Amino acid sequence: MKTIKEINEKIKKGEVVVVTAEEVSELIEKKGLKRAAQEVDVVTTGTFGPMCSSGAYFNIGHSKPRIKLGGGVCKLNDVPAYTGLAAVDIFLGATAIPDDDPRNKVYPGEFKYGGGHVIHELLEGKNVSLEATAYGTDCYPLKKIETTINLKDLNEAVLFNIRNCYQNYNVAVNLSDKMIYTYMGALKPNLGNANYCSAGQLSQLLKDPYYKTIGVGTKIFLGGGVGFVAWHGTQHNPGVPRLENGIPKVPAGTLAVIGDLKQMKPEWLVGTSMIGYGVTMIVGIGVPIPVLNEDVIKHAAARDEEIFTQVIDYSNNYPNCVAGSLAQVSYAQLKTGKIVVQNKEIPTGNLSSYSKAREIAETLKSWIKKGDFTLSEPVANIPGAESGYAVKPLKQNPSLS
Amino acid sequence: MTSKRIVLHFPHRLVDQPIVYNLVKEFDLKFNILKAFVTPQEEGLMVLELTGKKENFDKGIEYLNSCGVKIQPLSQDVIRNEVKCMHCGVCVPICPANALTVDQESRKVIFHDKKCIACELCVRICPTRAMEVRF
Ligand code: SF4
Ligand code: SF4
Repeated sequence: MKTIKEINEKIKKGEVVVVTAEEVSELIEKKGLKRAAQEVDVVTTGTFGPMCSSGAYFNIGHSKPRIKLGGGVCKLNDVPAYTGLAAVDIFLGATAIPDDDPRNKVYPGEFKYGGGHVIHELLEGKNVSLEATAYGTDCYPLKKIETTINLKDLNEAVLFNIRNCYQNYNVAVNLSDKMIYTYMGALKPNLGNANYCSAGQLSQLLKDPYYKTIGVGTKIFLGGGVGFVAWHGTQHNPGVPRLENGIPKVPAGTLAVIGDLKQMKPEWLVGTSMIGYGVTMIVGIGVPIPVLNEDVIKHAAARDEEIFTQVIDYSNNYPNCVAGSLAQVSYAQLKTGKIVVQNKEIPTGNLSSYSKAREIAETLKSWIKKGDFTLSEPVANIPGAESGYAVKPLKQNPSLS
Repeated sequence: MTSKRIVLHFPHRLVDQPIVYNLVKEFDLKFNILKAFVTPQEEGLMVLELTGKKENFDKGIEYLNSCGVKIQPLSQDVIRNEVKCMHCGVCVPICPANALTVDQESRKVIFHDKKCIACELCVRICPTRAMEVRF
């Protein structure tokens, strides 16, 4: 048994033992669970995949004369930002796109530029155009402003992602006879390919399946800088069926994360264009798991062979909310590049970069070893498997539909 | 001697014609088929390495043109922007020529530009638009 306080002491003294979520299983094989739990202090995880419910809020500072963006319209490089806040606070979502983007009018749309790209360019230090209109008040008389903003000049620039780090995710396939374009990528007809989106054995919530160490306030690697778990993410759904090792068989828990954008790096927050679907942002996240006891390290050591997910049809079942899995496959199988569904061998593609996830886990490991990153004690738990907390579908008003 | 790698696009009506055979017979050209397949639009695609005397080579190309085969020089058409590629691998099952593969050790995506037939299928599906067309 260890405490986070004791681990932090070791970090400060330079005596901490850190391994990545990949390395930990080998270590247990060599040394046994008991010794590994004694020797290892922290296991680091990592993921680098598209996460749509991401965004950032900014306080741009007051113009002279003042303008009240709240209730007005504000665009950053033509991408609309949310203004329903005070005078100069705005929120830019990763999936926002310019009003004149052709969207899917020419199908499949290309979605070349949007909120995710703006955030990436701000991190690159580029000037971003800001155009806003307001209705004008006695205290905020200006009605129109056109200028450029730069990340370094903003009062606050905070990345705030309300749902990241999905604990497990579907494998998407297409049973129809025409190509479809989804947030899981382009899916070729008749089971032409199978796309998945998880770092598997490196993915944070798969390594702490019951959220025993990860909670509100957990300090993390976020976008190349330091961030925190702010809350459980939207659509958090901990009560789903699990394997014997505690790992959910379907998408389950999620995290909301927050951190100062100014100390993040463009390599780890990348705007992306999903053909036929829209714009989103790839977010780099790494969560440290403190090895408080044997149970924690045992869960952290689960390998791709022991983590399973479901193959879902995205041509009919997903869009129409029809339940049903075509197959259950492990991440080890997915990583071979081929899976078998309905007696057909299909090639697999990952949307989430495993090599970058590994780099994140390694980076976080080096930060901790160097003493640059200490662990934080969670201040509250996120709803667990037995909490009864569950995601619900939209309750549609029958008299209106 | 000239040796070039080229991509031949055969329209549907020419797919079953002995055009490559004629290249060998009439123009004394040596060829090495790097890749050949029929696309979903039923167009024949063939990547060839064609070797022979410069004079014969040019005549051979002329012959192909006269048959209605579209010729495209190969290799530098589609390149990968190494800064933008994040090695996800979503392009791998899309590539018809196996020019994109995952290295099992590093889990990085390798672009075998020699195998690439510049079909551009990966260009729009790459989330970071790392595959770029060069004209
Ligand atoms: S889809 Fe794009 S980013 Fe992903 S591996 Fe292929 S080229 Fe690289
Ligand atoms: S253009 Fe892209 S998809 Fe087409 S062969 Fe080359 S690498 Fe493969």
